[in-house]
Amino acid sequence: MTTTTTTSTAAIWKILEQVNDPEVPVLSVIDLGIVRDVKFEVSPTGGDLEGTVIVTVTPTYSGCPATDVINMNIRMALLENGYKNIQLKTVLSPAWTTEWMTEAGKEKLKAYGIAPPKPQQTVCTPDSFQQEEAIQCPHCNSYHTKLISRFGSTACKALYQCGDCKEPFDYFKCH
Amino acid sequence: MATNHLINQSTYQPVNLSTSQLINYTLFLADNALILGQRNSEWCGHGPVLEQDIAITNISLDLIGQARNFYQYAASQIGGPATEDSLAYLRTEREFKNLLLVEQPNGDWAGTTLRQFFFSTYQYFLYLQLQNSTDEQLAAIAEKALKEVTYHLRWSSEWVIRLGDGTEESKDRMLAAIDELWPFTGELFLPSAFEIQVAKEIVGADVAIIQKEWQKKVASVFEEATLPLPKDDIYMQRGGKDGVHTEHLGYILAEMQYLQRTYPGCAW
Repeated sequence: MTTTTTTSTAAIWKILEQVNDPEVPVLSVIDLGIVRDVKFEVSPTGGDLEGTVIVTVTPTYSGCPATDVINMNIRMALLENGYKNIQLKTVLSPAWTTEWMTEAGKEKLKAYGIAPPKPQQTVCTPDSFQQEEAIQCPHCNSYHTKLISRFGSTACKALYQCGDCKEPFDYFKCH
Repeated sequence: MATNHLINQSTYQPVNLSTSQLINYTLFLADNALILGQRNSEWCGHGPVLEQDIAITNISLDLIGQARNFYQYAASQIGGPATEDSLAYLRTEREFKNLLLVEQPNGDWAGTTLRQFFFSTYQYFLYLQLQNSTDEQLAAIAEKALKEVTYHLRWSSEWVIRLGDGTEESKDRMLAAIDELWPFTGELFLPSAFEIQVAKEIVGADVAIIQKEWQKKVASVFEEATLPLPKDDIYMQRGGKDGVHTEHLGYILAEMQYLQRTYPGCAW
């Protein structure tokens, strides 16, 4: 590791790839797209790890209980890698959207049994009884699925069931 | 504002009616979200079916998250010993500025979903304006929360329609819920001193615009639900914004604040 800003931020991004979402443990905070920015301010006294790491994070949902744990895990991971001065900033705007999730993240979700968010948001108005999105079953790939509940096991997911393999599954709903 | 007698100097009660109308407004937004979040959370483990138990508690979580964002912002404006926790757990009943609507008891499922529908409709049109506030932090919180409120509004509209246009029993319950809750909807659109001031500075929302949109949305959902709109001459309750609450708020605070009052500073 060197003291130049670019190399250090690259190293920090690499570390953050190891920090997972406690509620969807197959996804890293990078896959989720919630790390908005990483800065490294070199300390005037030099020293590779003496500078200040500033990580800017955005929550998925206002009340996501994982947010505090994620912030703590980011801090722990950086401490373990020798960084001493760590600042975590929270920004709300622009609001997080599922579009920020990486393609790799979407594939990991599907392999884990959670239907990834669709690229196009189709249900984003408050009108009642809209036609539901056609969501592909992550188990058998059927589109013959139906919404059970718009609210699921965590704030970011809706509950679906497959009409072919009959398995219930979570859908990472568009947001 | 003629309510200076409410100001409390105690360090445990960091703010009451501040001279800063932005602080009052921020607390008003926070208190609404917190109290309804707390009310909805009473359903946890008691929902009519598992999926709806999960839905109503998800909505609670969103509301409490919004409340935290507003309290954190209020605390940063107030400074000193104020924190999001002291503002939620150590203010008294007369210091809370929430609408009377959100503190009303849950009643049955019709009452809970109708209250959510009235509030989500209000919050949706409020946040639509607030995301363009000249105050960057209020705008950011509203922009973030609007996506969540959209889900709440859809969900609660559908329940009002489902129950209103459902069975005889479900319709009777929805009619009873309207009788119970309608008198608390007038207050939403009676602007307090702080709302008037922040609207003037383009920091807060214009209540008159919210009212127009709210009435339109409620009328269209009621029509689909085959529910009659109450007459105009119904007496409307008010007072929440000035800290004059129904008897229910004290009980909510007693339960919600018990731990911090009994063991000050206690943390998980």
